[in-house]
Amino acid sequence: MKRTILFLSTALGISVLVLGQINVTVNKPGEKPSIAVPDFRGSGDAQRLMDPFNATLFRELQTSGQLKLIPKTVYPLQVPQQPTDLRPPVNGRSQGPWLTDWSGPPVNANYLAFGYTAVQNNQLVLYGWLDDVTQSNPSSAQLIGKVYIGTLDEVGAAKVAREFAADILKIFGATSLVGTKIYFVSSRTGHKEIWSMDYDGSNQKAFTAYGTITTFPVVSPDGTKLAFTTYPVRKGAGGKVIGEGQPEIYVHSIETGRKLVYYNQKASMNAASDFMTDSRHLLIYCTASGFSQIYETDIDGSGLRRVTHSGSLEVEAKANPKTGNEVVFVSGRGGTPQIYRMNIDGTDVARLSTGEGDAVNPSWSPDGQHIAFSWTRGFEPGNFNIFVMDVATRDFVQLTHGAGRNENPSWAPDGVHLVFSSTRERTTQIYTMLADGTGVQQLTTQGNNEKPVWSKATQ
Amino acid sequence: MSDSDRLLAYKRTGCGPARLNRNHSRAAVRSARLYGKMSAVLLAFMLLAFASGCKKKVPPPPPPPPPPQQTPEPVARLERPTINSFTAEPSAIERGQSSTLSWSISNATDMSISQGIGAVQSQGQRQVFPTSTTSYTLTARGPGGNDTRSVTVSVSTPPPPPPPPTSTPRLSSQDMLAQQAQDAFFDYDKSDIRPDARDALTHDAGLLKQIFSQDPNFSVVMEGHCDERGSAEYNTALGDRRATAAKDFLVQLGVPGDRIKTISYGKERPQCTEASEDCWQKNRRGHLSAGQ
Repeated sequence: MKRTILFLSTALGISVLVLGQINVTVNKPGEKPSIAVPDFRGSGDAQRLMDPFNATLFRELQTSGQLKLIPKTVYPLQVPQQPTDLRPPVNGRSQGPWLTDWSGPPVNANYLAFGYTAVQNNQLVLYGWLDDVTQSNPSSAQLIGKVYIGTLDEVGAAKVAREFAADILKIFGATSLVGTKIYFVSSRTGHKEIWSMDYDGSNQKAFTAYGTITTFPVVSPDGTKLAFTTYPVRKGAGGKVIGEGQPEIYVHSIETGRKLVYYNQKASMNAASDFMTDSRHLLIYCTASGFSQIYETDIDGSGLRRVTHSGSLEVEAKANPKTGNEVVFVSGRGGTPQIYRMNIDGTDVARLSTGEGDAVNPSWSPDGQHIAFSWTRGFEPGNFNIFVMDVATRDFVQLTHGAGRNENPSWAPDGVHLVFSSTRERTTQIYTMLADGTGVQQLTTQGNNEKPVWSKATQ
Repeated sequence: MSDSDRLLAYKRTGCGPARLNRNHSRAAVRSARLYGKMSAVLLAFMLLAFASGCKKKVPPPPPPPPPPQQTPEPVARLERPTINSFTAEPSAIERGQSSTLSWSISNATDMSISQGIGAVQSQGQRQVFPTSTTSYTLTARGPGGNDTRSVTVSVSTPPPPPPPPTSTPRLSSQDMLAQQAQDAFFDYDKSDIRPDARDALTHDAGLLKQIFSQDPNFSVVMEGHCDERGSAEYNTALGDRRATAAKDFLVQLGVPGDRIKTISYGKERPQCTEASEDCWQKNRRGHLSAGQ
């Protein structure tokens, strides 16, 4: 365990250098803040929940990608459990735990998270503090001092750990992923359906039960609606399923799960591509003109407006979440499918990928400056890897390197994580990683799972 | 043997009097030339003798057969004809089965059975196939008087046979399509109709015209499929274009376009799942299936 943590922390350190090439903002400019997070202890019955608590807290902070977590192996033996434990040394002699124990070598931390848990009224209560250990006295050092309450079980322990981690991340301007959802396509029931899960893979639930092929989910920026593409089931006499109709766009409310009105075009194919930044318009790709082109429609399918006018297949248009008037999309106009950008009115089309291989699945970073995408560059057709590109400079970095097919990257709301699918373990599963390619974590195991999209947290 | 000998021999065998007479003189002349020592008269005589001998050899018609010998039983005059027995076995049958009439008569000279059977001998059996209940009357007449007796064969109607099979099962349009339609195959990332796809679709056009003419309500779906290598999103668009290209080709050949719907499955419904070019080629196809 400790060995793993050490390794991951080292990997995080290296990531700074890798991403330096293209300025991808896995890190804010300058050195990442380093933080020490010693194991918390629980009084009485709370102690039995401290293993899951400590694991969750450390993982949350570490996977944020925003902090440098200092490995626990170098921590001092005396650990404060509350601010009053901190005693300044007298005449160079230690009187107990002190700030400099953590700011000096070998720890060299900027920050220290500490605290303890207890049972009160049959609930788990966390007392958590965050101190800036470079300060000279405890009162100026304290950044967080807060009480968190959860149920007296592992779920409650993980909850208070996540909430504490979220508060810590906020201090550093990082977005916590707590509460964010990942929507994806799973075939575990025998049909491709849309599923949801928490950002860490927990709480996996089916969102649809259409019993046919349901795929290509996209989520509205406000986190209230899901659009996807379904082959509507066709039933014969007696309700027996006899096949599928042509693919159509369905829009659902996330809150109620219900299908909303959406008028599909009379065409052999309607596919959901993305929501516009206002969450009130959709980008779609549709064969209304005879073959697949990019269109924009209102949220109910009315007000069709054609965006691209080419003689080639065009799919996967994604609106820039910052500006809203720039679109990246995939087009076959140059031969193999490549990634292009254009204005929302279809003007100023320019190819972003180099023309090598197949470049598909573009996804905007929340700051609207980078795209992640899948590319076969350097590999045989079909062997996709995840890349990140700076749209302004068109510099790119490769994040995966040939372990299976790696596809459909989608940026997390924190701008630091990516979720994607990979066949690296034979079946297709969903993984997250930092936008520098490190910290890969597998989120799904059952059946085949693909097409993840990361949604912001909603209340 | 000379040719003339052979001719002579043949003519002998032929033995037709008129032809023989005509040939005699010719043969005689030839023989006279060949066998100068013989006097022509003698030769002619011999041949004439031959000819007459041939006539005599026609066999006489066989004598007519002797009249059938009647061996009337010694009848005691004035004895009355008696029907000793007259039975039908079995006496109850189902239609289509047979019954056997058996009889034995004494002292009769004229015996007959009704129902068109007619004259019979004094002792005998006869199989009958009545289609409904029938009485057979045996009448025996003789110098001493008459005797009659009747038997009845009752005929019951068997249950009706099952109805004949309805019209010979014709191959349904769906089966014809499934068994005879050919897939149109495509190159990677392409929707152009290749020469082999051209042949397959030309075949399919003929098949569809036949099916549509025999089944006015039938419609079909042209499915577009792709191999697994492209992205699912792009393949959905590519499969659509393949299906449309294949449909357009069929329409050019006169197949009504309003009866062909297209659907793209992209790479969602591969018919082969190995990662090999053989398998990928099988999946890059336009495939006809039955519509609804």
